[in-house]
Formats: sequence, structure tokens, C-alpha cells
Amino acid sequence: MSMHLTRSAAAFEVRRATRASRVTVACLLIVAVAVASAPWWAGRDALHDFVQLASYLVFAMMWNLLAGYGGMVSIGQQAFFGIGGYAMLILANYCGVSPFIAVPLAASIAVVIAVPVSLVAFRLEGGYFAIGTWVIAEVFRLTVANMSVLGGGSGTSLTALQDVPRALRESLTLWLALAIVAAAIGLLYVFLRSKAGLALTAMRDNAVAASSQGVDVKRARLIVYLVSACGAALAGGLYFLGNLRISPDAAFSVNWTAFGIFIVMIGGLGTLEGPIVGALIFFILNKFLSDYGTWYLIGLGALAIVVTMFFPQGLWGFVSRRFGLQLFPVGRHVVLADIEASQRRSTGGGADVLDASAATRRA
Amino acid sequence: MNTLLNIVVQGVLLGALYGLFAMGQSLVFGVMRLTNTAHGDFIVLLVFVLFALTGFVHLPLAVAIALLLVIAFGAGYAVQYTILNRVSSRDPLPSLIVTFGLSIVIQNVLQQVFSADPRSIATGSFESKSIALAGITLGYLPLVTLAATVALAFAMQWLFGRTPLGRAFRATSDDREIVQLMGVSYRRTYALAMGVAFVLIAVAAALYSMRTAVSPTDGPALLLYAFEAVIIGGMGSFWGTFVGGMALGIAQQAGFYFDPGWGIWLGHVVFLGVLVARPQGLLPKTA
Amino acid sequence: MSILLETRGLTAFYGDFQALFGIDVTVGAGEVIALIGSNGAGKSTFLKSIAGLLRARAGHILYRGEPLDGIAPENVVGKGIALVPEGRRLFASLTVEENLLLGAYCGRPGRWNLQSIYALFPALRERRHYAATALSGGQQQMVAIGRALMSNPDLLMCDELSLGLAPVIVREIYAALPAIVGEGMSAIVVEQDVQLARRVSSRVYCFQEGRVSLSGVSADVSDEAITQAYFGAPA
Repeated sequence: MSMHLTRSAAAFEVRRATRASRVTVACLLIVAVAVASAPWWAGRDALHDFVQLASYLVFAMMWNLLAGYGGMVSIGQQAFFGIGGYAMLILANYCGVSPFIAVPLAASIAVVIAVPVSLVAFRLEGGYFAIGTWVIAEVFRLTVANMSVLGGGSGTSLTALQDVPRALRESLTLWLALAIVAAAIGLLYVFLRSKAGLALTAMRDNAVAASSQGVDVKRARLIVYLVSACGAALAGGLYFLGNLRISPDAAFSVNWTAFGIFIVMIGGLGTLEGPIVGALIFFILNKFLSDYGTWYLIGLGALAIVVTMFFPQGLWGFVSRRFGLQLFPVGRHVVLADIEASQRRSTGGGADVLDASAATRRA
Repeated sequence: MNTLLNIVVQGVLLGALYGLFAMGQSLVFGVMRLTNTAHGDFIVLLVFVLFALTGFVHLPLAVAIALLLVIAFGAGYAVQYTILNRVSSRDPLPSLIVTFGLSIVIQNVLQQVFSADPRSIATGSFESKSIALAGITLGYLPLVTLAATVALAFAMQWLFGRTPLGRAFRATSDDREIVQLMGVSYRRTYALAMGVAFVLIAVAAALYSMRTAVSPTDGPALLLYAFEAVIIGGMGSFWGTFVGGMALGIAQQAGFYFDPGWGIWLGHVVFLGVLVARPQGLLPKTA
Repeated sequence: MSILLETRGLTAFYGDFQALFGIDVTVGAGEVIALIGSNGAGKSTFLKSIAGLLRARAGHILYRGEPLDGIAPENVVGKGIALVPEGRRLFASLTVEENLLLGAYCGRPGRWNLQSIYALFPALRERRHYAATALSGGQQQMVAIGRALMSNPDLLMCDELSLGLAPVIVREIYAALPAIVGEGMSAIVVEQDVQLARRVSSRVYCFQEGRVSLSGVSADVSDEAITQAYFGAPA
């Protein structure tokens, strides 16, 4: 008696979107329109908050890209955040470039700097890569802190917008923030759905296997690193554009990475919506609880420990896996067309298996 | 010429301390591939435990230090067994997040309990005593630190190379699944390794606090020095870590000599330079 | 002959994949049994389950009449069961002698120590301070066997000793087997080479897709029956 497949290939289709995702996209569009119109109905604080939130969001998405898709955990992305901020300031204050244009320009400068940095950082792997990137960020911080022309340790102010009326400045900053967030989400979404994105996921799961399938692992890693640096710099330029004042400690603080880690812990790695959910929660928590100073931080730290130990995919990861939610469908799932028929057939298959084992017992 | 010699000597003495910071980290990474971003914060934590023992409990310094070593071993064992064992695997992210969380918790708890002010251990006149040799001042404390570091490097080398426990450490690091077949529990081994690392850290903490004023937020800086010493020296050998610490100390002293603001910076840059030019470090262990 | 080890209905999974479907095997005191079967039949899985490296999901393992279920792997060797794992799995950071010494970590008394291992495998004595992985395949296999013997087991389990070795080396290693089990040690030998397995054992079990498809006395079982059991009975 032989065992054979009892189910012929049932009809199936590969689907992208889920209902939850369609709802999400609709919601996001509504939110985007609401935010764009904010200068007409929201107060100054709300506008400033949104710009800050946008920086957090973009930084978190980029950190997630690097760690979750590139498989490279970095404690030093604040290096590019700070470079973005300072480059924007230098271009605006000393080169007469409009700050709003300086932000994306600063991001390209950061990418150029990221190339030699990656050559050094990639000498290390895993946990030591993480700490090595931190050292590199510290080198940037100390270098800038020692340069009195940039204000040294106490920093300096963005003076290029002094003559612009405040309301206009705030509106332009807000729209720039919205544009950057939209571009970041959009680009990441497209990228991760593409072949390159698939290659990244394969590489993250098993670099050796991916490489044997033709994925150029080194190049892919470099590209992810550069993209992440670019995004971090955009976030930095935007943040200090909104802040109007920069200092080495604020720009190159490791707290930015701590924040990125927190996002991952809440949102889980490797999803697109994870960092968004995480950034929102973090922002809200920060606003209301940071008055409690050290206790708030102790709570966050303890939360990070507990969540990582017991929910390795992050809280959102846990929820989304449990309930099958995927708001930004970057994966594909298979939907069987003929459920009933295959169920009927499988009971027949079960009988076959019983017979076979009875046959082998006879021997 | 005298200045150069002075820089080197002071650098070696400073570097001995860094070497001591680094040996604990080298051990932990060697045995369980754990990246402990709270390493520096553990040093600071033990410093404050020492403050508590001498300040609140009013123990004499020597007794306090001895007690500190015992407490440290127990604490290290407990932390590894209960928390870090869960995240000691090939994937570095969970251990990074957990130790980052520990770092934040430690810094803030210390700030709550002790306030953010820097403080140091009073040793009477010991910390300011020195001897003069060939025109260079050699402080007693740095010399004791150097002696301690050398002694501990020998001790670690002996522990790893010649004892059954050391063999168990190395074997667990090679293949933690198969080592169980020999009766070695990798979970307990990891905890033991962390306990030993904490003892090393405790010695470092005691010497460090006698030399400088320590504040609760000093941890991250110490982590970076320890890490740099490990990489410069080459992973996989305690003597390498020792030499790496020296090199870092000398680099920093040279930087301080030119301008106080550039001291730490030069240390970082030398580290990066070694990483580019000789990534395996100065004294790597040949696999 | 008293029974040393007995498994009843042993069931094991790798995640969702079921590797063992209820295995009944017995090993008597002082007996050498062989497990044969093609790749993926579950032989290594079976040994790992006994050694505690893999937790059985159902069924029982009885050693000297007492259950071994759920015991932590590091406690198994203390009871007298040693596994020579598939692929040798020597510790690369340790020398030959250090690998052997680690085998004695559990401190069980008995006739096996460094001297007796070197007497059994003289080639190792000359190379005792070499890194274990610097030896040839056959010599590494000797180290792996020696490492297991250093714990003075009552039951020695050998997983594919011949894997990747030239036939002449394999013969040399199996020639030492009688000396190893001479004084009352039991052994389970997993072997792909069927004739070799039958020669060194008193009883043989054949595994096929996670089930015992044949069990019998090595000398008596026919080649035909083995072929059928090995590949699965034809339709």
C-alpha cells in the first residue's frame, strides 16, 4: 500500500490587501488632509507637536528599516540625525540656502558621509556593530562640540528664518513635515513590496541562503544603511528646523536610538505599521508622563525588559499575529478557493494514513 | 622627551583601568555572545553599592570591598540566570533591548536614590600618595590598579586555560547544545560567567571610585571605553584586552595633552583607526 | 537478561513536524543493538530524545525501570547514558586532551580515563595537544568516542560513526567496539551501513519514516525483510 497525496492543487489566489489595510489607507488619507489644513484651525503648540512627531516617526521608520529589514541593529543612527540637523543649519545660516530646501540637501550630504562611515562600521557584526556605530556617533558629537564656530558645546540657533513671519514659517514647516512623512511611508511601502524588498526579507531571515539565490548581500546591506542614514538626516533636519536651535547633545544624543528601540519594542520589528503605532504611543506617553522624570524612565526601561523577554515580536507584533491584522500589506497570503471540497477530501486522506501504519505494523 | 614618556606612563596607568573594565565584557561576549550595553552601568551600580556599604553601613573600606565582591558575584549570577539567559542567543537585538532597558533603569534608580551629584570614595591620603621615578610622578592608586589588572589577567588566563570550569566556559561558547551531553548546563554556565565578570567589574568599580568622582550617568562612557579596549586588543584573549586598554589610555592621554576637549575624541579615533587598519586587533587569538 | 533501557510509544516533533510516531525499543544490559534506516527515518531523533536534547511529546523512556521523561539534558550523562553525536561535534576551542577531559566533567567513576583512552586509540596520544578540529576525520571520531567514554557510561549511543569516513577507517573504529563494550556496557549503534550494523550488534531495529518497521535478531533477519523494512513495503 502506498501513501499518496489525496488533495489535488485546489484553486487558490494570492492576495495583497486585507480589509484592515484598506480601512487604514482611507484613514491615513483623511488624517493627511486634516493635518495639511491644520495651520487654519490648530494652535501653535499643535503645529509644533506635529513637526516633532513627524521627526520621531521618520526616524523610527528608518531605524526599523535598518534593524528589521537590514538585520543591522545600530545604536548610532543619531549620528546622521545630527548631521542632518547641523548640515541644514550650515547651509541655511552660512550658505544662504532656504532652510526648507536645506533639509533634503542635508540628507544627501548625510548619505555621502554615510558611505565611508559604512566602510568602517561594517568591519563589525551583530552586537559589536551596534556599539561601534555608537562610537562613531560620539566622534561626530565630540567633533562638533569642539568647533566653536558651530557654537561648541552649547550649540547655536537657526537664524536664516529670522525675517520670515512666524505664521508662514510654521505653516511651511508643517507642510514640509507632512511631505517628508508621506514620502517616507510611501517610498518604504513601495520598496518593501518590490523585489528589492523581498530580497531584504530573505536576507534578514538567512543571509547565506539568500546569497545563494543571487541576492547581493553586501550591496543590499549598504543600500539599506544609506537609505536609513538619509531618512535619519531628514528627520534631524526637520526636527531642528522646527526647533530653531541645535546643540551637539540634543543632535547626537543616544536617546534617539533609545527611542527607536522603544518603538520596536512596542511595534515589533519588520512591519511597516509597527513604528507608526509605536511612535504615536511614545509621543503621547512622553507628552503626559515626562513630568515624572526618573520614574517615567524607570517605567519605560522596565517595560522594555519585560516586553522583550515575553513578547519578542513587540506588543503590536503580538497583537497583529494573534488577530491576523496587517495594516500595510507588504506580504502576500494565500486564499484557498474551494474550502469545503478540500475538507471533504482530507477525511478520506486520513483513512489512508491509518491503513498504511497498520500495514507497517504487520512486518 | 620627558613629556612623551609621561604621556605613555600615565596612559598605561589609565589604560590599566580600562583594561579592567574591558575584561568583564570580553569574558561575557566570549562565553555567551552577549552584547551588554549596560556594562558600564553595572560598574557604576557597584560603585554606588560601595558608597552605600561605606557611607550608610559604615564598613571599613577593605571589608566593604570584600563584601562587594561577594555581592557582585551573586548579583551577576542572578541577573544572567533570570533575565539575560532568556535573550542570550544568536540574535543580538533582544539582548540589546533588554540591556538598554537595564541601563536606563539603573541610571534612573541611582539618580532617585543618590541624586545626580558625582561622588567618590574617600581613602584618606592614599589616593594622593605617589612616588617619583625618573622625574615622573607615579601615583600609588594607579600603580595598584596596574598591579590588580595584571594579576587578574593572569588569573583569568589561568581560569580559562587550565581549569575544568574554564574548559566548560570555552566548550559552552563553542557548542552549547552538545556541552549538555557532558553534564554542563549552559544556563548555569552563563550565570557563572556573568558572576565572574561582575567580580572583575567590582574590582574595577572600587578602583575607579577611588580615583574619580562618579555620577549615576557615567555608565555609557565606560561601556564605550571597555568596548574599544576589547576591539583594539583583539577579541578572544585577556592579554589582548589588557593591551587594548593600554593603547586606549595612551591615546586619550595624548589627546588630553593637546587639548582637554580632544582627549576622549582621540581615543575614539584611534579605535576607529585600528578597526580600519587591523580589524582583528593588536593581539588576536589565533582561532 | 535485564532490560537497561526501554522506550514505549516515544513520540517526538521538530516544531510542527512529527519525527517519531510511537517508538518501542528495548536495550538489555550488556547488549549491543543497531538502528538502521535511511536518512530522515528518525534514528538520530530517537537518540537525541533519549539524551534529552529533544523533549518527547508523548510516550515514555525508562532507564533501569525509572522514567527519564522531562529530565534536563545535562543530567542524563550522570545517570550513565552517553551520546556520541552525529558529525562528531568536537569543541573547536579545545585541544584533543581538553575535549576528553571535558567528557569526564560529570565525574563518574569507572575504568575509562585519559590513559585507557590513549591505550585504546594510540593515535590520539601523540596529538593530545593539537586543536581537536585539526585532526583527520577518523581521529576526530576517536576523540568523540573517547569523550563519551570518559563519562564511564553504562549505555553508549553512537550516531553514525561512519559518516564521512573512508571504509578502512570505519573498519578500524568498529574494530575497537568490542574492547569498548567488553565489560558489560550496552550500546545503541546507529549505522547506515546495514551489513556493518548487523555484524556488530545482537539485535537490530529498522526505522522507516519515524516508525519501527522491523525488529529482530541481527544474525537471523533476512536481507529481503530488511530491504522491505528499510524502504517501506511496496504497494
